[in-house]
Amino acid sequence: MKYENSPHAFRGSLLAVPVLLLALAALQRNIDASSASLQPEKPELIIRSGTMLSKLSLGYNSLLADIYWTRTVQYFGARAGKQSATFELLAPLLDVTTTLDPKLMIAYRFGAIFLSENEPAGAGRTDLAVDLVKKGIAANPDEWRLYQDLGFLYSIHLKDYQKAADAYLEGSKNPKAQIWMKVLAASIAQRGDDIETSRLIWAQVYASTQDKLVRQRAITHLEALDAAIDLKRLNESSEEYWRKFGHYPDTIQELREAGLAGDRLQDPAGYPYVMGAYGVPQLDPKSPVLLNPDEKIPAK
Amino acid sequence: MSTPAIQIEGLTKDYAVGFWRKKMRRSLDHLDLQVNEGEAFGFLGPNGAGKTTTLKLMMGLVFPTSGSARVRGRSIADVGMHREIGYMPEQPYFYDYLTARELLDYFAQFFGYDAVERRERIKIFLERVGLIASADVQLRKFSKGMLQRVGIAQAILHDPQVVFLDEPMSGLDPVGRREVRDIILDLKKHGKTIFFSTHILSDAEMLCDRVAVLVGGKLQGVGAPGEMLSMEVAGMEILFEAHPGVPLPQKVMDRATHTGDRYRIEVPEADVYAALEELKNSRARILSVAPVRPSLEDYFFKLVAKQKNSVSAAEITPGEQPR
Amino acid sequence: MITIPGIVALNTFREAVRDRVLYNLVFFALLMMAAAVLVGGVSIGIERDVIVNLGLSAISVFGIVMAIFIGVGLVHKEIEKRTLYSLLSKPVPRWQFLMGKFAGLSLTLIVNTALMTVGLAAALFYVTQKFERGDGTVVIAIYFILLQLGLITSLALFFSCFSSPMLSTLYTLGIYIAGVFAPDIRDIGIVTDSPGVKAAAKCIYYVLPNFHNFNVISAAVHQEAIPFRLIWQNTIYAVLYITLVMLGASAIFLRRDLK
Repeated sequence: MKYENSPHAFRGSLLAVPVLLLALAALQRNIDASSASLQPEKPELIIRSGTMLSKLSLGYNSLLADIYWTRTVQYFGARAGKQSATFELLAPLLDVTTTLDPKLMIAYRFGAIFLSENEPAGAGRTDLAVDLVKKGIAANPDEWRLYQDLGFLYSIHLKDYQKAADAYLEGSKNPKAQIWMKVLAASIAQRGDDIETSRLIWAQVYASTQDKLVRQRAITHLEALDAAIDLKRLNESSEEYWRKFGHYPDTIQELREAGLAGDRLQDPAGYPYVMGAYGVPQLDPKSPVLLNPDEKIPAK
Repeated sequence: MSTPAIQIEGLTKDYAVGFWRKKMRRSLDHLDLQVNEGEAFGFLGPNGAGKTTTLKLMMGLVFPTSGSARVRGRSIADVGMHREIGYMPEQPYFYDYLTARELLDYFAQFFGYDAVERRERIKIFLERVGLIASADVQLRKFSKGMLQRVGIAQAILHDPQVVFLDEPMSGLDPVGRREVRDIILDLKKHGKTIFFSTHILSDAEMLCDRVAVLVGGKLQGVGAPGEMLSMEVAGMEILFEAHPGVPLPQKVMDRATHTGDRYRIEVPEADVYAALEELKNSRARILSVAPVRPSLEDYFFKLVAKQKNSVSAAEITPGEQPR
Repeated sequence: MITIPGIVALNTFREAVRDRVLYNLVFFALLMMAAAVLVGGVSIGIERDVIVNLGLSAISVFGIVMAIFIGVGLVHKEIEKRTLYSLLSKPVPRWQFLMGKFAGLSLTLIVNTALMTVGLAAALFYVTQKFERGDGTVVIAIYFILLQLGLITSLALFFSCFSSPMLSTLYTLGIYIAGVFAPDIRDIGIVTDSPGVKAAAKCIYYVLPNFHNFNVISAAVHQEAIPFRLIWQNTIYAVLYITLVMLGASAIFLRRDLK
């Protein structure tokens, strides 16, 4: 019996369901496009207090922390690479995230790097970065990596070598800490942030994280430092050349023929170094490597 | 042969029961029935026999497991068929925030009557069921009996040819029951077909041309009430009140039951006048004298017992069996 | 009014109007408007912002509460109270009954929202003394709220067809909250490396009703213009999604035995 009131009558129209779903998905993409142009500076945070949010979340703190962490990454990613980028909300976002979940290590690490990097690569607020890392240390005294971050901040950005060495030393006391913490402590205490020490610091930053953004930033700095080290060495070779021959070399080739050039004649991007005036070696102008990574965001 | 008003063929309904809905309970088993135009047809059975299920199937409120049914030639699957039928559910309940008038108006709209016609009809039918005084009272204030009457009104206000009533007399006081009886007789006079379920024997006897008996989901038999339900009168029952000053005779007291001041005694038919004389001497106040019938439950117990002892249901007076 | 859904709709509307709880809700909402004016008076320079923010949020929240509160009982109540027995014995196809219920609650919500909008407009005028072009966004924000309410109504109605009011409230509320956080769910797919999670996040994002689309309250506060594209896209989205849900509700309700 065919019922008007039974589902048999409706079976045909149920085929409309997958069609509707597809139409909705397509429409959603359009809507995303339309709303994107609407609010480019959408405020990400209405509630700035992590503690208040913590109470509001009714116990689902770490879930909310994860949500805020993804928002932080989105916030940063949407702005990074733009010339006029500012990151006013980065510190509050990270603060909320770490209040909701004080054990979210990745947030402290991210903040240490990108709060301290100068604009437009980061927020340019080393003080906030230090606050964040200290907050992390207070909540996680056993995490020696946070001392690494603290030492990084003091040495690279604040140039306070005493505090930097203290931080590395403090971290090295943890039996789980790796040996280079002690090495760095000593090195900084002795030499400040000369290029080799800086390189070691950034190398450890790179090695100690899986986060793609942090690693990318570390590579930028490492390339700059490697180039600087090479150029320093080549400069010293230039001086030797002058002592030997009475004039500065005109090309790197001449240095090489004199047996003074050493091994590394190319910058980390593969461009050969060139000789400038007065025997001062330089980067090839076409090279994408930046000696000062804070100047400009590289095209890649 | 003209189209029967109601034609039911092999109508069956199984319900899945139990927490996991694995077991099947058959609440109606291959019902075959035919009701002719203008008949008043009684559908009898104890509680749980499947009477309400049958009515719900006819209304399209539940869907049959198998079988079919037609009303005036139109399938019960056809929602348009509802134009020609009226239905009163058991112990009806309506939107309590509406008044009686508003409710009838709401339902009347579905039949396409314009505002003037609706006003007219509502007035007529409210008067007919004796509710015109409470027309503008909210239904939440209605007593059970009053709701029953609204139920009848909404079932017939669109002048359907076939009317289905589920326990129309239940919950009514004697006056109300009489009024309902009158309405049913009136409908019959106008040539409508009435199909109603009840478990009150005397109502069925008084009103119906034919009755069907349903027990445990199975049709036991169909026929005229007299031939189906002839039962011996067991005796007479006298209801009376004792006079405050005069004590009752001992043999009366032995045999009577009472609640408060009200007494009930059963006597064989032959002894009725003697008993009344005794009571008169005791200056008791007679409330009623009526024949005692075995209850329908008694009848059905006998039926079921008979079934168990016999081979087939053909023991019972067969009556008409439709093709 | 001539159509069957229309008849059911008007009766549903009448029922809602006679339900005293609604008056409390509207009263509360208007109270919020008054509060907004007071609070706005305290925060110098951003009175308008506060009123628009609080006002629109109040309209949204109270609308949602009403939609769910009434919606989850739409069908369930008629089944529980067995009023449906007499109704469906009339020539009323079940799907038209559903449509009527949906339309009736929608009408109720539109009327209530309109009342609250008048309150908001009054509060706004009181503070700013004039209406500006930027206020047009407020109107659009309210329109979007209405679209949202339609969606929520259909969801509540859907659950009402087979589930108790308490459970229906949970389900509807759950879907609403998930829909509000939809972009975050999508973002989880971007941040993670696992292809399984990526695919799941994307799938969920496109299947969930994306309530985030309709929230332009901050745009209204900052008096930004809404692209016309977005208006009709959201409209079509709401219409399609409501159709989808109502199809589901019909599929369930049409096969149901009314015990």
